[in-house]
Amino acid sequence: MPTDSLESLLLSLAALAVAAILFGGFVALQGHDPLAVYQTLYLGSFGTRFSIENTLTQAAPLLLTALCTLIPARVGLLVIGGEGAVVLGGLGAVLAGVALASAPASIGTILTVSAGALAGGFWIAAAAALKHMRGVNETISTLLMNYIAIALMNHLISGPIRDFSQTLKAQSWSIPNPFMVGNIPGWSVHWGLVIGLTFCVLLHLVLRHTTLGFSFDILGGNRRAAQMAGLPIGRLMLLACFLGGAAAGIAGAVEIVAVHGAASESLVVGLGYTGILVAFLARQNALAVLLVALLLGGISASGGLLQRRFDMPHAVTTVLQGLIFICVLASNALAGRWRRSSG
Amino acid sequence: MSSTLDLGWWGVVLAIIAGAIRVSTPYLLVSLGETLTEKSGRVNLGLEGTLVLGAMSGFATSYLTGSPWLGLLAAGVSGAAMGLLHALICNLPRVNDIAVGIALFIFGIGLAFYLGKPFIEPRAPMLPAFPLGSWSHHPAIRSAFDVSPLFFIGIALALALEWGMKNTRWGLILRMAGDSADAARAIGRSVERIRTYATMAGGFLSGVGGGFLSLFYPGNWNEGLSSGQGLMAVALVIFARWSPVRCFYASLLFGGASAIGPAVQTVGITEGYYLFYAAPYALTLALLIYSSSPTQALSGAPNELSILR
Repeated sequence: MPTDSLESLLLSLAALAVAAILFGGFVALQGHDPLAVYQTLYLGSFGTRFSIENTLTQAAPLLLTALCTLIPARVGLLVIGGEGAVVLGGLGAVLAGVALASAPASIGTILTVSAGALAGGFWIAAAAALKHMRGVNETISTLLMNYIAIALMNHLISGPIRDFSQTLKAQSWSIPNPFMVGNIPGWSVHWGLVIGLTFCVLLHLVLRHTTLGFSFDILGGNRRAAQMAGLPIGRLMLLACFLGGAAAGIAGAVEIVAVHGAASESLVVGLGYTGILVAFLARQNALAVLLVALLLGGISASGGLLQRRFDMPHAVTTVLQGLIFICVLASNALAGRWRRSSG
Repeated sequence: MSSTLDLGWWGVVLAIIAGAIRVSTPYLLVSLGETLTEKSGRVNLGLEGTLVLGAMSGFATSYLTGSPWLGLLAAGVSGAAMGLLHALICNLPRVNDIAVGIALFIFGIGLAFYLGKPFIEPRAPMLPAFPLGSWSHHPAIRSAFDVSPLFFIGIALALALEWGMKNTRWGLILRMAGDSADAARAIGRSVERIRTYATMAGGFLSGVGGGFLSLFYPGNWNEGLSSGQGLMAVALVIFARWSPVRCFYASLLFGGASAIGPAVQTVGITEGYYLFYAAPYALTLALLIYSSSPTQALSGAPNELSILR
């Protein structure tokens, strides 16, 4: 196993280097100095305390949305429904928060976030159920469900749960103020980061050291073998998707309790889609997610500075993310070279 | 919109028919392209990025050269280039075509928004339309039946592909690459090359579909231009079970379904307006659930397709 991890790490670094060169060429073609662009990228992501805090804030939800693709991938399912699960999680949190208004603050917060986890979890588990019972492809169903979730939210915040005192934009009722969590003391980074970190580490331990993780890996590696071993395939798929959806749901709920206080279009900013990228870049390894989320969070965080310094469109960060994704996938073609030559 | 109000509920029907014709065209072009790609045994999930990049390059070319047809060509060529990129990466061993699709989805959109930033404000020359509603005096009817030539090209293409895939030599080779790569290799065909061509053709058609969006309807370039037509097309192909002619019917259905929301709003129904936006997606999901089966593959499905294994 260690050689495998070392190889993955080296391959990923090589892929990042290639992506960096391609991106440098791209900005050079646009008449910018690539070195100056990279310097700004560093400055905007890790260069100052402010930018580090910004990077951590951007990375926090990615830690969780990545799990929505990562956990199902362990049982061989390609789920891309993180965006929808974030929205459902946010909606669940708002409804629970409003309904529990009289609860004590800390219990209220916990229940609010749990409601988000349940909503996101059941949403993605539904895709696993469709896969198991009807053979509906989970990639396609979760993709469609993203759009359905967004339409559902737009419907709810435009009427049934709309806060009509807000005239500037359509947003839902707000959760009670005491339920809101602030920042980590001494930092302007909200608690979502701690939740995300805890989840990734816990999940890594579960996947590595428990029978459940082992069953996931058997199912993901060879479905027929899992069947022969008598594993409850349907239940494992449901559980993996539920956990993944719950993680993304928590990401949505954290956006509510730590940032917005209410559901609105601000929940639909591509957290789910970037999460897919994080999961693939981390090669479906929960610990690697920590590093990758920092990297992508940093890229997002520096977008504003790049925009101002070089008068670039904000999409410049999307171009870089796309290039990294492409290079990392292409680098899979080289996997196993070293192992074969050494053994 | 007072003319639509005059027509009352007939206005709603008219708007849905007009919507079915207009909105269906990009669905039709993209889904025909994806049918070709999937019949060769590969899935390109990045068509949304291809479509948006096509829309941007088509609009920019039309603006810079003054010729919308040249713009349409540029849209197709940029789409084919994205298809080539997808195919080249997928030709490498151990690379997942669905994941590459998602990567190109992100990359294509990033590239289109980056390069397209200067073209958001200006107006570019638009593609002409056939005024099929000229028999009527009613302005709403007249504008509803301004049909793009691309709609008819799409229909012709659907028929040609349906016939060609069954009755021609290249149709057989394409299907063989999709049904059994080993069989294709056994008779000395390069599966990679067939799939590369099929993905490029699919990219070309998706690019043209994007060109339709920016050069005909809605007929401008901005970052909210596409509402997921490229992603939907992948579902639509499965819904149509890999038949080009059924792609046409499905596109009409999807186009009509997405026109329901705006249409009922014109007669003053705003309740549940946003739910109608979900109509095409819910419809696809419902039909997928209905037509899928846990024990056997969908009829007409290429055996090599990764999304069905």
